[in-house]
Formats: sequence, C-alpha cells, structure tokens
Amino acid sequence: MDSLRGKAVIVGSADTKVGVIAHMGATQLCVEAICLALEDAGIAKNQVDGLITCNSMADPYMYHAEMIAEYMQIFPSYCMSIGAGGGTTFTALHHAASAIATGTCNTVVIAMADSLRSGLSRERAMMMQSSSGHPQFESPYGPTVPAFYALIARAYMDAYGATEEQLAAVAVAMRTHAARNPEAQMRDLITIEQVLQSRMIADPLHLLDCSLVSDGGAAIVMMSAERAADMKQPPVFILGVGEGHSHEHISQAHSLITSAAVDSGRRAYEMAGLGPKDMDLAGIYDCFTPVVLIELEDLGFCGKGEAGAFVEEGNIDLGGLLPVNTHGGLLSHCHSGNPGSMFALTEVVKQLRHAAGDRQVSQAETALVHAQGGIMSSHCTLILGRDNS
Amino acid sequence: MPAQTSKILPIPTPETETYWKGCAAHKLLIQYCTNCDHFQFYPRSICTQCMSRDIEWKTASGRATVVSYTVMHRSVSKAYGDEYPQILALVRLKEGPQMMSHIVDCRADKISIGMSVEVTFQDWTDEVSIPVFYPLSS
Repeated sequence: MDSLRGKAVIVGSADTKVGVIAHMGATQLCVEAICLALEDAGIAKNQVDGLITCNSMADPYMYHAEMIAEYMQIFPSYCMSIGAGGGTTFTALHHAASAIATGTCNTVVIAMADSLRSGLSRERAMMMQSSSGHPQFESPYGPTVPAFYALIARAYMDAYGATEEQLAAVAVAMRTHAARNPEAQMRDLITIEQVLQSRMIADPLHLLDCSLVSDGGAAIVMMSAERAADMKQPPVFILGVGEGHSHEHISQAHSLITSAAVDSGRRAYEMAGLGPKDMDLAGIYDCFTPVVLIELEDLGFCGKGEAGAFVEEGNIDLGGLLPVNTHGGLLSHCHSGNPGSMFALTEVVKQLRHAAGDRQVSQAETALVHAQGGIMSSHCTLILGRDNS
Repeated sequence: MPAQTSKILPIPTPETETYWKGCAAHKLLIQYCTNCDHFQFYPRSICTQCMSRDIEWKTASGRATVVSYTVMHRSVSKAYGDEYPQILALVRLKEGPQMMSHIVDCRADKISIGMSVEVTFQDWTDEVSIPVFYPLSS
C-alpha cells in the first residue's frame, strides 16, 4: 500500500476549558470538545462518519464511542474507543488516517475527555493507580504511578549521571510556557529550588516533577487532503506517523532508559522523509520530568545522556532550538488522563496555523508530537506540517 | 495483622497457581524451557523465546541484583501505611528474569543500583506469602 504521508489532514481542533471544571461531567466535556472542534472546522455533525474516543475513568461506558455517538445522535460508519493510556490519542490518529486513506470513511472526529480532578473520589483515583500495575506481580507491592516512573528516573540518573536539577529544569520550562497560556491550570512561575523543595513523592520525584490531575477534553476533525482544500481552516498535514510497543508492565521492560520511542520515531521520520533537525517545535509527553529527557534522546533531538544539558541550555524554551509543549504540557497546562496528549496536539495545530499569539514559534512549518501510554509502554510519534511538500 | 489483610493480594490464575503455592512454601519458583534453555518470569503457558510449551518449574537461587529502586513516600492504600517510606525495586534474578519487589531490612540511604540481594518471604495471610529481597552483606 502507498504511504500514508500527506493523505490525511486536521481541519478542526479545539479544547474545552481545563483544570478544575466541576460543573461538567466527563461525557459532557467530551461532547463539548466535539462541538467546539466541529465549529472550528465549520462542519455539521451529520457530516461526521467516523468517531474515535477513549473511555473515561470518571464516567466509563462499556462502548464509549457508541455512547458519545448516541448522546449526540451521530450515526457513523466507523466507530471505536481506543485504550493505550497516554499513547491513545496519536494511536487513534494513526487509525483515523488509515481509515481516511483507504476510503473507509470521510470525516473523522477524535474526541477525548475526562474528569480526573472532579469526577473521581480520592479512593477511586488511588484504585485506578493501583490497577496500572500487574495485578499479581506488581500491584501487591503497593506502587503508585509516580513510583513506577521513579524507577525509570533512578535508572536514568544512575546510567548517565543526570541530576535532580536537570529533571527540575523540565518542570520549570513547562511552567514558563504555561505562564504565557491563559488556559493553563498552573501559571505561577517556579524555580528549580522550588521543584527540589516540593514534597518528595517517590524518590527522586518531587511533587513538581509530577503532572497535574485535571478535568478537560479536546477534539480534532480529520479528512482527506483533497476534501480539505475548501475548508474554513488551513489544513495541517499528517506527514508521518509511527508506533512502538515494548511492554505493558514496567517490570517486563527490556530497558528502563531507552524506550520504544526509538521505533515509533524512526517509523514516523521514515514516512515523512524528515529528521529531528527538520522540526521547528515539538509536543513531548511529560507525565513526569524524566520522561521528557528520555524521549528527547530516543527521538533523536540529542544523544543518550545529553538531554539534561539540552534542557538546561534553554533549548526547549520559546526561542530555543526546539520549543517543547508551548501550552505548558501535562506538568503545567493540564493532565486529564488518557486525553492528556490531545492538548499537545491541539497546541501544535495552533502553532502550525500560526495562531498561537504570544507564544507563537516563529515560522513554524513542521512539528513532532510524541505520546506514550502505560509506563513507557505504548509509543506513538506524529509529524505534522503546514504543507505537503 | 488486620491492616495487612486489606493489602492488594494476588489472585492466582491457572498459569500462576504453582508459583504462588511455591511462595506459600517459601520457595521462589520460576519457569524454565527445556527446549531452549531459557528462564522466564512471570509465569506463562508458553516459552517467550521459542514458543515451546515444554516448561518446567525450577527453584530459583533467590540471588538477585537491584536494577532500579525508589523510596516511596506514599502508597495506594492505608494498609501499607505503617511501613512507609518503603523501597520498591526491580531486581534481576541470577537466572536472568526481572521482577518487581520490595527491598526490606535496608536503610533508604543504603540502597544502590547493582546491590546484591536475596529473597525472603512475608506471610500476608494463611495462604499468601509475598517474595521480598534483603541486602546480602558484602
């Protein structure tokens, strides 16, 4: 089959309000995101013939995408919910691009929302956390999600001599981005000292090394490049996409310090015919600070063990070599669970439309977004561009 | 004791029943493929290397090295509360496979990657014992 390169485009993109949105449930947030994205695209709901969602933890349904279609009275020919943790979003986009390229459907909406902050009791939230471990061989040891990532952080620091200050520099950079974004949940600037002095959660991860717990949703509308010619918004082209899946449970990982982002990145770059140096900005999954360092390396933006210095030198800041998560990321914009990386995607769409206002990356033509789900388990990399060449 | 009963207990499946019975008898049983000479953990119905179903149980040496660790300052359940901070670790058994466990009888500032440890068992209920590891004095 021909490559997917340039076949599918994003023509609509929108976020709901994020942070603490107690007056809306998770289903309502998902529907709101779809309404906003359709409005952005200038498309009526009866033109939607493909719908992809991820399930909500706060308001789950057995068949979530079908539930959302029913709620909105949409009658798609292609309909599914995907569950690959934080990697779900871009995996969904991979499926949607394939469906569009093969003519399975014409107009696909990808919508994801959850109410982790307002819709889950503390008890349920902790239960969800424990369910991310293997039920027999991890969960009995009582680990939290930060503890799983702390195992990765410790191994990475031990292998490369990375420091807690270098992890903290990621949190500081994300907060600096969020300070420019009026929609972000946490906008007060922080210092490396403040990160290091915040409460220890799972050594070496402090509270400010950990992402937020939020409510919120986002949706995008996709169609073929040909059909997009007459649309309201300038299209954003999917130039490359690749996945890599290495394990489900961290105790089964073959490496704690090199991830399947190497594979997903290579596949995406190959499809796009582009490399790391061609990227003007990036959206990198930042559920915990060490993840950003490992992914920057695995995606080829610097050598193994070099990401700490890369971040400290200001390269991921606005005006740096590779601005990362200009919206503020999961660490400072919001993290509503499985939908989390949607916000990195909608931000990149905004940047490639040159509509990001105060935080616009100048002359942004090409961007990479990367998400991972589970505990560095399921990786998906996308390369997006303003044009198809 | 009552606090411990609300810890998360493993529920054995047909593939893992022998392993958990071994733990209850304070033996760390791991699978060995007679076809390709491969040890694996967790227990499975196939050899992950050659897909053979000719898998035997062997008692592991119980020796392992620390691959990574974290000192946890909070837990998923109050049942673990009295024991925090607690060391969660990934250890690599001498036979090859990696597993998650706790490091016990070790001060948080003494743990390090590469440390040699040995298995011991905590009896959580009459039926369930959990393998944990303690540092071997060098």
